[in-house]
Amino acid sequence: MNDFSYVRAADIDGALRLAAQPGAAFIAGGTNLVDLIKGGVAEPRVLVDITRITALATVQESAPGGVRIGALAPNSDLALHPLIVARYPLLSQALLSGASAQLRNMATVGGNVLQRTRCYYFYDTGFERCNKRRPGSGCGAREGYNRMHAILGGSEHCIAVNPSDMCVALAALDAVVEVRSLRGIRRIPMTEFHRLPGDTPQRDTNLGAGELITAVELPPSRYARHSHYLKLRDRASYAFALVSVAVGLAFDGEHIAAAGVALGGVAPKPWRLAALEAELRGRRLADLDLGALAAAAMTDAETFAHNGFKPELARRAIVRALGVAAGREAA
Amino acid sequence: MDSDERDQTNPPLSRRSFLQAAAGAAAAGGAVLPQALQADTSAAIDPPAASSVSVSLEVNGLRHELRIEPRVTLLDALREQLQLTGTKKGCDRGQCGACTVLVNGRRINSCLSLAIMHQGDHITTVEGLARADGGLHPLQQAFLDQDAFQCGYCTPGQLCSAVGLLEEQRRLGAGAPALTDASIAESMSGNLCRCGAYPHIVAAIREVARSDVRSDVRGDGP
Repeated sequence: MNDFSYVRAADIDGALRLAAQPGAAFIAGGTNLVDLIKGGVAEPRVLVDITRITALATVQESAPGGVRIGALAPNSDLALHPLIVARYPLLSQALLSGASAQLRNMATVGGNVLQRTRCYYFYDTGFERCNKRRPGSGCGAREGYNRMHAILGGSEHCIAVNPSDMCVALAALDAVVEVRSLRGIRRIPMTEFHRLPGDTPQRDTNLGAGELITAVELPPSRYARHSHYLKLRDRASYAFALVSVAVGLAFDGEHIAAAGVALGGVAPKPWRLAALEAELRGRRLADLDLGALAAAAMTDAETFAHNGFKPELARRAIVRALGVAAGREAA
Repeated sequence: MDSDERDQTNPPLSRRSFLQAAAGAAAAGGAVLPQALQADTSAAIDPPAASSVSVSLEVNGLRHELRIEPRVTLLDALREQLQLTGTKKGCDRGQCGACTVLVNGRRINSCLSLAIMHQGDHITTVEGLARADGGLHPLQQAFLDQDAFQCGYCTPGQLCSAVGLLEEQRRLGAGAPALTDASIAESMSGNLCRCGAYPHIVAAIREVARSDVRSDVRGDGP
C-alpha cells in the first residue's frame, strides 16, 4: 500500500472541506477502497474518514411516503430494516445476494454505489492495458478473457461491468442519489448516476470532484407485493453476477399498471429496460410473449470470445424473473 | 525432573517462535529469502515510519496503545503489533474470511479494515471467545465435537463468523426464521475452507443454534 495520511471528519461540512485537499478520498466501510489501495489501483494521499458522521447513518420515512437512506447505512442493516423489508423487498433481496455477511456488515450504501468494476484487467496492475486505470493504454479485456464482461453499453475503449447488485434494484425502483458539495446539494437519478465508458472510461460516474453521496432516496413503494431479484453466478453464494435481473410489477386487476426492470452483470451501469417496461404497461402478462420481449431487449448485445452465453442467459433470466415477480412461478 | 526444572532447561517452544528463530538464523547466515517473502515480512521488521500515529485499540477487553501508520490494517495490527496471531491472514483481500473478527459484536474482515478506524470499538478475536475461567465457547466445543476442521487455518475465522451469525440471529429476535443447513451455509459463505470441512462446520453451528433456542426463555416451545 502507498503511504497516506488519515483524518476523521466530525460533520458533513468538515468532510467536504477536508476532501478539497489534493489526493483526498473519502473512506467509510473500506471494503473496496482498501482492496484497491492494496492492489496499487487507488493511491490516495489523504483518507477522510466519514464513519463518525452520525447524521449520515439514518434510515427514515421521507415526506412523500418514500424512504430516505443515509449513505452510511451498512448493507446488512439496510437489508433487514423493517421499512425496506416491508416496502422494498426487491432491495432487501438484492443486498443479501451481494458479497458475504462480513462484507455486508462493513460496506455502506454510498460505498456500494461507488464500488468499482471487478474487471481483472482493471484490478491487476500486472496488466499494462486498461483504459479505466491508465487512460490511453488500451483495453485488455476486449481481446482477452472476457467471460464476466459487458454485452451492452460498452465501447471500443472499455467493456467493464458495474458489479453492484444493490444498484440494479435501486435503478428498477427509481431511486435518486443525493450528493453534497461545498456548492450545495444536487439529486441524480440512479439510472443517470453511472456513466457509459465512451472514450473516457476512467470516469465511472457523474459524481463531481469533492462531492459526497449523503443519501439515497426511494419514491413511494409500488412494487412491494410483486418483485424479484434473480442473480445468476458461477457459485451459489459470494460471487459477482454473470447476469442479474431486478423486476418490480404493480397490477391493476390482471393488468400491469407499472413495471421497473433492470439488468446487472451485463453493462457498465445498471441497465434499465425502458422499452420492455413500456410493452408491459397496460397489458395482461398472460397475453404477452415474454420470450420475444426479452429477446428484443438483447437486440443490441455485442458479445466477445468468452461471454457469448450472456444474451441467452439474460433473455431467460428476464422471463423467469417476470414470472416469479408476478407470482406465476416459484423462485 | 520436576516441572520447574523442565521449564528452565527447555522453555516452551511454540511453532511460531521456532519459525521466527529459524528465519532469523537464515537471515544471519546470508540466506536469501524469496522476493515475495521479503516483501511480506518487511512491514513487521522496518522501524515505524515518521508518519506513525497513536491509536488506542480495545481487544478482548484489554486496551492497547499503539504507534502505527494509518495504512496498517486491523489484521496486521492484531498479528504484528499485539501478537494475537490466532486471527489468520489468508488472501488479505477480503475473499477468504480467515481474518474474520468481531467489532462491536459484528463480524468483519479485518484485512480490509484500517486499524486507525477502530478507536473506541470493542474488538473480539478468537483468543477472546473462551470464557474468563478458560472454558471453551460453545461454538469452540461444538467444532471439536463435530470435527469441524482439518488443517485448522480457517478455523479462527470460521469461529468468529459463526459467533457473529448467532448474534445476528439473536438480534432478529422472535421473528427470525429458524436456521437451516442451507441458510447456515449461505450465511457462512464468506469463510472458505480448503480442506472442505463444510458439512461438519454447518453441523457444529446447527448444534449450538439449537441449544440457543432451547435455552431461550422466549422460545416458541416444541
